[in-house]
Amino acid sequence: MSGIPIPRLRLRGQKPAWLTPLSIAAAAITTLLLTAAPIRIAGANPSAAFSRYLIKPLTSANGIDELLLAATPLLFTGLAVALAFRCGYSNIGAEGQFLAGGIGATIPGLYLSDLPTVLALPLAIVGGAVAGAAWAVVPAWLRRKGGIDEVVTTLLLNPVALLLVQGLLNGPWRNSETGFPESDRLGDGYTIGPVTSGSRVHWGFVLALVLIAVAYVVFRHTALGVRMSAVGQAPKAARFSGIDADTIVWRAALVSGAIAGLGGCIQVLAVQHQLATGISNSYGYTGIVVATLGGLGAIGVGFVALLLADITVGAQSASRVLALPPQMGQIVSSVLLLTVVAALVLRKFKVVFTRNEVDS
Amino acid sequence: MSLGFWIGLIGATFAIATPLMWASLGNLLNEKSGVMNLGIEGTMYVGAFGGLAIASESGSIWLGLIGAIIFGCLAGLLVAVFTVTMGVNQHVVGIGTTLLLVSACEFVNRLRYGSGSLAKIEKFGDIIDDAGPLSQNWMTYFVFLILAPLMWWTLRSTGFGLRLTAVGEHPEAADVAGINVNRTRYVALVVGGALMALGGAYITLAELGTFTLGIISGRGWVAVALVIFGRWKVWPTVAGAVLFAATDALQLRLAITSTFGAVPNELLIALPYLVVVGALAIWGRKLRYPGAYLKPYRRA
Amino acid sequence: MTGSVPLIELRGITKAFGDLVANDAVDLRVDRGEVLALLGENGAGKSTLTRMIYGLSRPDSGVIKADGVAVSFSSPADAMAAGIGMVTQEFSLVGPMTVTENVMLSTCGLGPIDRAAASKKVAELASRLEMTIDPSAVVETLSVGEQQQVEILKALFNDCKLLILDEPTAVLVPQDVAGLFNTIRTLVTQGMGVIFISHKLHEVVEIADNVTVLRRGKTVATVPCEGLDPRQIAELMIGSPHAQEGQRQRDDNTNPGEPVLTMENLTVLGSGKPRLNGFTLTVYAGEIVGVAGVSGNGQTELVDVLSAARQPDTGSIVVGETDVTKLGVLARLDAGLGRLSEDRKSSIVPEMSVEMTLALEELDNYKHWGLLDKKAIRANANQMIQQFDIRARPTDAISALSGGNMQKVLLARSLQTKPTALVVAQPTRGLDVGACDYVYQQLEAVRDSDGGVLVVSEDLDELLQICDRIVVLLSGAIVGEVNAATTSPAELGLLMTGATGAALDQGSEVGV
Repeated sequence: MSGIPIPRLRLRGQKPAWLTPLSIAAAAITTLLLTAAPIRIAGANPSAAFSRYLIKPLTSANGIDELLLAATPLLFTGLAVALAFRCGYSNIGAEGQFLAGGIGATIPGLYLSDLPTVLALPLAIVGGAVAGAAWAVVPAWLRRKGGIDEVVTTLLLNPVALLLVQGLLNGPWRNSETGFPESDRLGDGYTIGPVTSGSRVHWGFVLALVLIAVAYVVFRHTALGVRMSAVGQAPKAARFSGIDADTIVWRAALVSGAIAGLGGCIQVLAVQHQLATGISNSYGYTGIVVATLGGLGAIGVGFVALLLADITVGAQSASRVLALPPQMGQIVSSVLLLTVVAALVLRKFKVVFTRNEVDS
Repeated sequence: MSLGFWIGLIGATFAIATPLMWASLGNLLNEKSGVMNLGIEGTMYVGAFGGLAIASESGSIWLGLIGAIIFGCLAGLLVAVFTVTMGVNQHVVGIGTTLLLVSACEFVNRLRYGSGSLAKIEKFGDIIDDAGPLSQNWMTYFVFLILAPLMWWTLRSTGFGLRLTAVGEHPEAADVAGINVNRTRYVALVVGGALMALGGAYITLAELGTFTLGIISGRGWVAVALVIFGRWKVWPTVAGAVLFAATDALQLRLAITSTFGAVPNELLIALPYLVVVGALAIWGRKLRYPGAYLKPYRRA
Repeated sequence: MTGSVPLIELRGITKAFGDLVANDAVDLRVDRGEVLALLGENGAGKSTLTRMIYGLSRPDSGVIKADGVAVSFSSPADAMAAGIGMVTQEFSLVGPMTVTENVMLSTCGLGPIDRAAASKKVAELASRLEMTIDPSAVVETLSVGEQQQVEILKALFNDCKLLILDEPTAVLVPQDVAGLFNTIRTLVTQGMGVIFISHKLHEVVEIADNVTVLRRGKTVATVPCEGLDPRQIAELMIGSPHAQEGQRQRDDNTNPGEPVLTMENLTVLGSGKPRLNGFTLTVYAGEIVGVAGVSGNGQTELVDVLSAARQPDTGSIVVGETDVTKLGVLARLDAGLGRLSEDRKSSIVPEMSVEMTLALEELDNYKHWGLLDKKAIRANANQMIQQFDIRARPTDAISALSGGNMQKVLLARSLQTKPTALVVAQPTRGLDVGACDYVYQQLEAVRDSDGGVLVVSEDLDELLQICDRIVVLLSGAIVGEVNAATTSPAELGLLMTGATGAALDQGSEVGV
């Protein structure tokens, strides 16, 4: 049964301290090398392109403005996914929960359009969070009661949420003036405004930062945070130490849905001012990238969301200036994801090539 | 409704079911080996775009088809390296692969063809003309009459099928029986990737003859649902694909027939997803996932 | 027996894992028509040896000859090709597949399979062995005994000439044991050889022709079973009867104090026989009680039930005055129960720091304005590190610690709540001598401060050294109780292997 040599991994005895930063750096360099090729093929200079992606947006007030705007939905979805993953709950459904949050914010906006801001905004925001949590409740319940793996259930509810949005927009919520499949603009009370006039950065970004800060404190400085990590990393040991793992996972799933829902709700209230099918630009799926690259930590999520937003904004400007298609931004982020997870695995192992199956 | 309505419906059902069939049979192969490949959406995308691009560049639709197969194999190989050899979290890798492949296709599309779409190509024609529902493309005939029975026979009546099942259910036992677990999974992912890519290629090479952005629009996720709905068996999965396609064809036709314009089509399209989630809720633990689902294998 | 070529012959097989020499120059031989029993305590090296014969690992040195030819197996497939089959304790069966499919799995190749022919062959094999098994039955619907038959059929289907059975009776009810023995007898009359691994002396005497005893990786004896004195074998297995210097001298006037841990009629049902069967025991203040027994006789279940990892099917657990049967982990800790699990790795969160591991079970005591008081946690850790002589910094990841230090951390975590009843399982497994002594001191300290300790261990020397009395667990129930100061390893060994108390009193041979 000998054949082609297949790469195998052997566990490394001990892990030197320099290995983690080194492997992440190696992953970043690999990403640059891998993505330099298509940039070159596209006829652009890779170093010019990378400086556009990473540095250019930071050099102007307008660039930073756009960056923070682009980072906002990723902060929500990244945090939502990180929270769930931390507790060992693989929520792949942030996309659907994000959309549900958009719906949740739109309901009061359309039917109670005359409410004053003091009532309207809290109502819409709570509506968004509740809708996101509601979208998460079935998979969470199935996991808790039936032990049913949540990956499939959360994933499959994503297209359902999109179809629900489309159904509403093609049906009862179709725009009454234009007839386009997008909702009417929400009432004036339902607007989350910019932080400073002339800026596009809105208070939703501030809310995201507050959530990140709260998550940081909970993750790092509370008993709950310690218990969550224990449940996520070693559920058996957590139960041994008297932690109610099922309840923690259940609540984490719902709160994760609520945070993703808030993201969708903010996107409606602060950016689109109406519900449209395009409110989520795969933010839920990208949230998985953000959470994974951010090491499932609050600060990590914040940092990576800003980095990916930087690349996105940079990619748009590169597309104008260097005629480099803007999708390059997403290519860079997904390659980065794959190289980083690979590096983190390889860090633990040595790679050997063997032909036969002998075990040591 | 007239007879013509029903004949048209059946014809449309087979056409709509075809890409789902290719993709879900590929996905079935993956899942039987114990790997959930969420790269399916991206793999279909690369099959659709890559196949058409090569066909239109080379002027040969068959070269396009071969290109799609190669892209599918490579996508499967990528997922295999990460999930089988490295044992990385399968859904993270899958989502990452989908994001990568979709953006890579759109990148090349934009670069090569600008904001317009690819030139139309001479697509695969129906192999029987004017035969009502039987007027289908060869890819439709192939997937229903050859691939599905072949897959069923392979899984049931060959040593490979037995070994694949053993690897997906109980890799330790397979290992003790002298089966190379990881190599089997590589084969399943690479072949499965090719089938998924062919599902995507059908849409561009046989159905539309052109490419537009977002062309797969969640069909990969439908294939994931169909395999679970079919409880990892070939014929129930086929039945699920036909059922889904029929629903889809019906809603398209109802929407055209103006009196039914108010029926929420989206609800019908959402049905298969909801049915699978509902089935999971009802069958609960009784639904048998492959025993080693989502688990990388490494000898103790 | 002599002249012929043995089915398998091992010469000088040595295998080391790091510093641990699992097999040290082991010799072994099995002839046609012979049942060889392989006896030894846990960790004596039986599994390592059989894994090498079956190609699951390779010896560092030594020769394996199959049918007189030196062989070097790199996988079970090679061993099967050489006519060697093995039935492991954990079955390697694919549950949703049928008996026939499981049996043909390793030989079917990749191409088309002939199920009918295979099924017929399986049926023939089964009837030859007087097994009533349906070749088309789905394996997961079969009983444990039937699944074992499938494993045997699997080996025979590959034309195996030597069959290794790794503790085949551990999972069986008595009726199935009789059936298994019939099967073994049929096999050997057909010229096969069988290696039969067991702890139970009466079974060995009943079925085996010869017995090879392993101790600490070495072959200590190979003797015919006929006219065997079980006491002698038990001594061979467990060590010399003089090795009792470690046994403590203790004052006889220890007053049994109040009951601190009362276990009444605890039962845990399993898929076959009950895993724990009416276990009743009381631990009093000021004593250390040992639970001895061969692994798999209910120890794991007992510890699980006590540490609230599972609910008993019947019975009650009382700590001091509190009935804790229905209570969760934290409530049990409050009631005064401390526990140390048998598997260190499964009671730690690998990436958690030492200080957080120490605080994990009483996080609510470290709250300060709703947040964790990390200073207090650090202070507690520093104190524990000093008090328990833990060689680590508070911020080190717990998984980076050596086994001994990890155990000290877990011991410290258990003892910081000042438990009145302490349950420890395999407390020194994998620890070096220094760490062992330290653990013993701590357990004795608990006893001396009027706590009661229950030690579940497979290490008899350990039990003899630290316990006041020892109960022996067999098939989920207590089969005997001895005074640790006056008993001998041989006496314990006999109890553990199922010899009756009466036979022991007479000091006579323990037969079938």
